[in-house]
Amino acid sequence: MGQQLKQPFLERRLFTERVIIAVIIVMIAFLLLLSRYFYLQVISHQDYQIQADQNRIKYSRINPTRGLIYDRNGVLLADNITAYRLNIIQEKTRNLEQNLIDIQSTIQFSAEEIADIKEKLKFNPVFKPLTIKEKLTESEVAMFAVKRHRMAGFEIEPYLIRKYIYPNELSHLIGYVGKISPKEFKAQDVNVYSANDYFGKTGLEKYHENDLHGYPGQLVTEINAQGKQLSQKVKKPPVNGNNLELTIDIALQQSSYQAFGEETGSAITVDIATGEVLAMVSKPGYDTNDFINGISHLKFKALAESADKPLFDRSLKGGYEPGSTIKPYIALAGLYHDIIDKDDTMFSSGVYQIPNQERKYHDWKQGGHGKVDVIDSLTESVNVFFYDLAYRLGIDKIHDFLKPFKFGQLTGIDTAGEKQGILPSREWKEKNRDMIWFPGETVITGIGQGYFVLTPVQMAQALSILASKGRVAAIHLIKNDITVSQLPMNISDSDWNTVHQGMTNVINAPNGTARAIKSDQYLIAGKSGTSQVYGKSEEDIYKKVEELPKHLRNHALFIAFAPADDPQIAVVVVAEHGASGTKAAAPIAKKIIDAYMSQADE
Amino acid sequence: MNKRLFTYMPDPILLFLIGLLLAYGLVVLYSAGGMVLVERQAVRIALGLIGLYLITQIRPERFEQFTPLIFVGSIILLVAVLLIGVKVKGAQRWLDLGITIQPSELCKITLPMMVAWIFRHASLPPSWKHIFAALIVIGLCTGLIYKQPDLGTSILIATSGLFVIYFAGISWKLIGGATLLGLLSTPVIWHFMHEYQKQRVLMFLNPEADPLNYGWNIIQSKIAIGSGGFWGKGWTQGTQTQLDFLPEHSTDFILSVMSEEFGFFGVLMLFTLYLSIILRCLFIAQQAKNTYNRLLCGALTLIFFVYIIINAGMISGVLPVVGVPLPLVSYGGTSVLTLLASFGIITAVHSHKKLIQQ
Repeated sequence: MGQQLKQPFLERRLFTERVIIAVIIVMIAFLLLLSRYFYLQVISHQDYQIQADQNRIKYSRINPTRGLIYDRNGVLLADNITAYRLNIIQEKTRNLEQNLIDIQSTIQFSAEEIADIKEKLKFNPVFKPLTIKEKLTESEVAMFAVKRHRMAGFEIEPYLIRKYIYPNELSHLIGYVGKISPKEFKAQDVNVYSANDYFGKTGLEKYHENDLHGYPGQLVTEINAQGKQLSQKVKKPPVNGNNLELTIDIALQQSSYQAFGEETGSAITVDIATGEVLAMVSKPGYDTNDFINGISHLKFKALAESADKPLFDRSLKGGYEPGSTIKPYIALAGLYHDIIDKDDTMFSSGVYQIPNQERKYHDWKQGGHGKVDVIDSLTESVNVFFYDLAYRLGIDKIHDFLKPFKFGQLTGIDTAGEKQGILPSREWKEKNRDMIWFPGETVITGIGQGYFVLTPVQMAQALSILASKGRVAAIHLIKNDITVSQLPMNISDSDWNTVHQGMTNVINAPNGTARAIKSDQYLIAGKSGTSQVYGKSEEDIYKKVEELPKHLRNHALFIAFAPADDPQIAVVVVAEHGASGTKAAAPIAKKIIDAYMSQADE
Repeated sequence: MNKRLFTYMPDPILLFLIGLLLAYGLVVLYSAGGMVLVERQAVRIALGLIGLYLITQIRPERFEQFTPLIFVGSIILLVAVLLIGVKVKGAQRWLDLGITIQPSELCKITLPMMVAWIFRHASLPPSWKHIFAALIVIGLCTGLIYKQPDLGTSILIATSGLFVIYFAGISWKLIGGATLLGLLSTPVIWHFMHEYQKQRVLMFLNPEADPLNYGWNIIQSKIAIGSGGFWGKGWTQGTQTQLDFLPEHSTDFILSVMSEEFGFFGVLMLFTLYLSIILRCLFIAQQAKNTYNRLLCGALTLIFFVYIIINAGMISGVLPVVGVPLPLVSYGGTSVLTLLASFGIITAVHSHKKLIQQ
């Protein structure tokens, strides 16, 4: 092979040169490689650390327990009870198809539900439980327990669900929760709410949602590459929702509800000293428990289409004319503005006419009441006296006087859904009717008719101010939330006493319109009223009440406080289509006051 | 006889460095695969070290003498693989002769031996005739391995032969020309590549495109390396490794485990050890007494280096995924035995040279 002469020295030098070049290349290669590791491990370390954590650590929520709701005496009104739901954890199932058929003998599923479950399973991570049925019955849970060993991957999970203990009596007041809607969810902080949460839909549940809900805790689960759970620890415990303690006395609430019998309407009882609402019912109520996990279409349709409108909250949203229940306030305005004096009298002939005008305004009593002063006029509810007084006061003074009583204003009661109503004024009419105010409208304002739209809760606020002689204790539903102020007008004690006397006479004088509810144990002061229901035809107007269909009969109103000499509670009753305040509403008020007084005696 | 055996001690410096590396590897292997793997690997290492010691006793002239025979033997084995080999995952690489062997691993030593043998008496730089003969030998061996098919190994084997030609002193013009030719023929090679090989190259170019399949390994490996930081997460504390996010963490991806648990510092230590071993081996090669010994030691050293670069580059996402273990660290018998055998040849060259000088 080697014909050429070998030159060992030169060959060694050549080899040494090649070794040196090789060493240089090796060094450069190691440096380049090292710089790559430096880039990954030092420069980009943070990014990769995050990715490594994301790989193995999964955070999940621990749901907070929703706050409970109690009445003023600590009686539980809204509870959380354990319910059970059925979940599937796909990776644990062995024979899913067959199990889904077998489960039918214990827990019913429609064909669509099964198809829906299969669809959802496709997109659900195999290790994540998928809820396939909520609110299992006790027998379903028991029957499943027998079969569970054959149903790998099917698991029953307990969870908390709202339970309303007095659903009908408190349906509007407490309201209800339901599954949070996508729209509601969007408006909430995603760190606090999950798409599976319950959310207050109406009433106090809605108004105090954020307070009742609480803050979720965090559970940290370490998983491996196969998604298997390795360890679990509570990183942050949940902060449960705050409990609510209401001003409501559930016994009085129940009495108020029952006092209506078959009638529909609203009744509110306020503690005069504090502004605490002791009872507030809207009749009829409905079973709020039906709404928690979605009410069935049929049930909802029946409620929504019922002529009695059970879903409608009359106390906060119902708009009524005050009728004659406005008269004590008009009388007070007259006395305050010195339009009348306690002893001034007038002759009631049964008809009133504005000077130089033709139109006649009638009294409810044909032939009138004869010679009457302000107390007589309240006692017998003399329309003509108040037509004249209102006309002489003028609409501006009436409006300005009534406004601080919260008529036609939001009372600011601490719950959701209050409506404002209308306190008529020159300004209001020009703005909303685009017409000037006519003097005739002032006249009927004096007996609580015309443009008035007042809610029962406004009437209750005004009445408690009237009963406490100008002390404004803001009406409210959550205990220990008392705010007190004074009316801006400085009304003299004798003026208050005059009006109180008139209202006491309504029940206690022999000629009082509501003498039928007189009590021999204590003095009740009050005033009845009739709220006109419109929509009657010409001929209907002349029919007797009994001949009218129920829905066209006027609403009956009664406002009362007791005891008259030392007022403790103010009661407002609206009996819808009750026709006459004294006949329909006063007895309901009496029952409520009796219930309160007998409780107080105990 | 006994006395003579002790006469040929392997180079203590090299032996010390290799020992450190092997120990370091076992520590990482414990974290990656537990005590069972460590025990099995320790047995192989012990066998390998005994082999190294025994090979050290052989005079290099004997290697030279038997080279053609050994080479023909390995070619026969390669042919046998193609005819009666065991098929695993679509590739026929193993021979079942009581124990399973992978003849292509043998070629990592026998091919450089053969090429060095061709140049043993040639005057250097080599003539065309010698280069041509060397290329035929390389082509034959590489072609048989490529047929298995095993592209990665065939390229590595070819490289080991080419390193011998490099050390023989082939002119830089020829090296440049060959490199250019190689680059130009890339499309042709691409055309002849198998689908899975193409996939690997494509995945290397864009691992994020297919995160749950081929690219998954590289992404998880980069996360493991990067999340290790400078000092690492601590021994057996690597979440990527311990929670199985990192694939094949005791074999091809063991450097990812080391990077995760011992950080950049651990990698720096490893590279320092490797570099020291390579420098010591190149020094031994340079000191060798004849062409055959020089060329063989140089080529065996550089192929060791190439393994490191390919593995470390692959797991950090700068080179395509080729199933190459990390030399002397990855779990696996064939690799550690072959490598310790080739170090045995290097220590043999060193020990016998000293004795003659005396």
